[in-house]
Amino acid sequence: MTQMIDEQQVATQRKLTIAEALREGIAEEMRRDESVFLIGEDIGIEGGFGGAFGVYLGLTDEFGHDRIVDTPISEKVIAGAATGAAMMGMRPIADMQYADFLFECMDELVNQAAKMRYMSGGKVRVPMVMRAPVGATARGAQHGQCPESYFIHVPGLKVVCVSDAYHAKGILKSAVRDDNPVLIFEHKLLYGSKGRASAGGLDLTAYVPEEEYLFPIGKAVIKREGRDVTIVATHISLYRSMQVATELAQAGIECEVIDPITLNPFDKETLFASVQKTGRLVIVHEDTLTGGWGAEVAALVAEHCLFYLEAPIKRVATFDTVLPAAPSLEQVVVPTVERIKATILSLFD
Amino acid sequence: MTTEYFNDIGLEKNLHLYKQLVLLRRFEERVYFQYMQGEIPGTLHQYHGQEAVAVGVCDHLSKTDWITSTHRPHGHALAKGVSPRAAMAELYAKATGCCKAKGGSMHLGDPEVGMLPAIAIVGGGNTIVTGLGLAFKMRRSEQVAVCFFGDGATNEGAFHEGLNFAAVQKMPIVFVCENNLYGASTPYHAVSPITDVADRACAYGVPAQIVDGMDVLAVHQAAQEAIASARGGSGPVLLECKTYRYIGHSRSDARHYRTREEEAAWAAKDPIPRLGNMLIESRQVSQSDLDAIEHEIESVLDDAVEFARNSPEPTPEQAVMDIFA
Ligand SMILES: Cc1ncc(C[n+]2csc(CCOP(=O)(O)OP(=O)(O)O)c2C)c(N)n1
Ligand SMILES: [Mg+2]
Repeated sequence: MTQMIDEQQVATQRKLTIAEALREGIAEEMRRDESVFLIGEDIGIEGGFGGAFGVYLGLTDEFGHDRIVDTPISEKVIAGAATGAAMMGMRPIADMQYADFLFECMDELVNQAAKMRYMSGGKVRVPMVMRAPVGATARGAQHGQCPESYFIHVPGLKVVCVSDAYHAKGILKSAVRDDNPVLIFEHKLLYGSKGRASAGGLDLTAYVPEEEYLFPIGKAVIKREGRDVTIVATHISLYRSMQVATELAQAGIECEVIDPITLNPFDKETLFASVQKTGRLVIVHEDTLTGGWGAEVAALVAEHCLFYLEAPIKRVATFDTVLPAAPSLEQVVVPTVERIKATILSLFD
Repeated sequence: MTTEYFNDIGLEKNLHLYKQLVLLRRFEERVYFQYMQGEIPGTLHQYHGQEAVAVGVCDHLSKTDWITSTHRPHGHALAKGVSPRAAMAELYAKATGCCKAKGGSMHLGDPEVGMLPAIAIVGGGNTIVTGLGLAFKMRRSEQVAVCFFGDGATNEGAFHEGLNFAAVQKMPIVFVCENNLYGASTPYHAVSPITDVADRACAYGVPAQIVDGMDVLAVHQAAQEAIASARGGSGPVLLECKTYRYIGHSRSDARHYRTREEEAAWAAKDPIPRLGNMLIESRQVSQSDLDAIEHEIESVLDDAVEFARNSPEPTPEQAVMDIFA
């Protein structure tokens, strides 16, 4: 979809940050459907934060406190109430201030939201969305994890990672309309506009049309086409991979960069077609290595495309460590441009 | 006091409550029997002894009101209106069960009668129920949600988070604690520094009442007030029903952690003869009327067992269906 957008249109039309695009998507869905509501900590308090990353700023003026429910600091209740309300036909969008706090409500997400439909023999639906910010930002061990892999292991949950404004808005709207629990992971360094220094000074705005559109759950996007190696990456790692792709192009290595967007259900078709073309695969994520979602992608490709491979599958992930607080140490453990580049080059020795 | 209430609600209602008590008790007895015959798989957490709670509370609920339940849900399911056939078939793991054999004993429920699949994580329902309350409040629908839970659940964080959020949002929820003195083998007093769960409610500004959970009329009366108050918009209420499970925690429990004397003392408070005697003493009902109720329930259960036995197994494809909507 993104690739098909006319370049000229892009130049003349408006660009939004992920935070703005999410806000717009949420407001549109709330206008469209009375059953959509927001629930979380510090989201609608007058003079408050509008959510930990300002995504909800201004929404209370339009929708009021009946539809923007400020909770106590009770993550079990946020996830539990969202699950319960969803089963009653509401469409909650729940907010977790940091994805690290999802561990507070693992029961509600994993044992309740994910299983209710099955346990009821298909009689209930759980149309809820849970948004959660991930990513290492010099806040140390408990405010920087990327826990999406815990959730791809759970039958009954859909797991999404958004990395640009266009797809963030489009898939959020699809998630709201989906009749299943959908977790949306967003990277803290990607919310803002002109790119924080730590995000490599990237321009993080993207073209977002005025007209309504949806982007489907379960569909990957090819961010850059190439014939030599497939890179699958999300969030900030996706931008770093794009940078590496640009640099390697000068050395004659053409990288195909895929943003999977949905981790579960995974768009295998796009993945397999790419690997069959390139014969090489590198997966990059900021989640830790062991048992990370990259392992699942590697296994899929090993099972289905082994004989197309010309080199071993490689994963570039955060080392298996607790996240350190020191920025210098943090950069040692997360996937950097240098590490991604070196890993790709090792496949062409 | 109960005599007064007995007179207030009239013969028909009393007979109905009696019949429900008998249904729940005989259902569990039958289930136990069929389980011992090897016809029911898995394990069972049974409800013998606690019937007055489910019956007294659920009698005030309509189909559009909802309940959440626990690992011990058979009584709640029947009292909320799951048919004995659908419940029995679910225990038999048959396709005609209320959850198509995918829920089983610990997840009995049926949205069609206002019961979520029972939640077998202790305290699990105490946060989920706030979503029900929130939805009802947002829609101004005048529905009520009842959350059943055991004494064991009150030491889970979920109990506290749920009660606090329900209270601050003034949700139409009645929290019904069935304090049967034990969580599995552990006595409540060994793990809680207070005697009454009800004392915890004041920390959240929630009105609470201790109720004789072996007296269906006491439960019925307390529940009527609690449900009316919650429905009326005054916020949640907590009822602590003091009760007792007559049998082991689950099927393999030899009950060495409690005395036979204690068991006998609670059996002496049994809700069924208690209401039965009142009915007979009122001279409006004879022993043969009560016997007729027993016979009627017996044939309902014969039918349920036959139905379950003759129902088809779920087809293998069902194992991987209903994961996503
Ligand atoms: C979170 C959790 N911990 C432990 C268990 C195992 N377990 C099942 S029932 C039970 C006792 C529950 O006691 P209580 O809440 O008083 O209910 P009762 O069995 O007395 O009806 C325990 C420990 C569980 N199901 N869930
Ligand atoms: Mg107990």
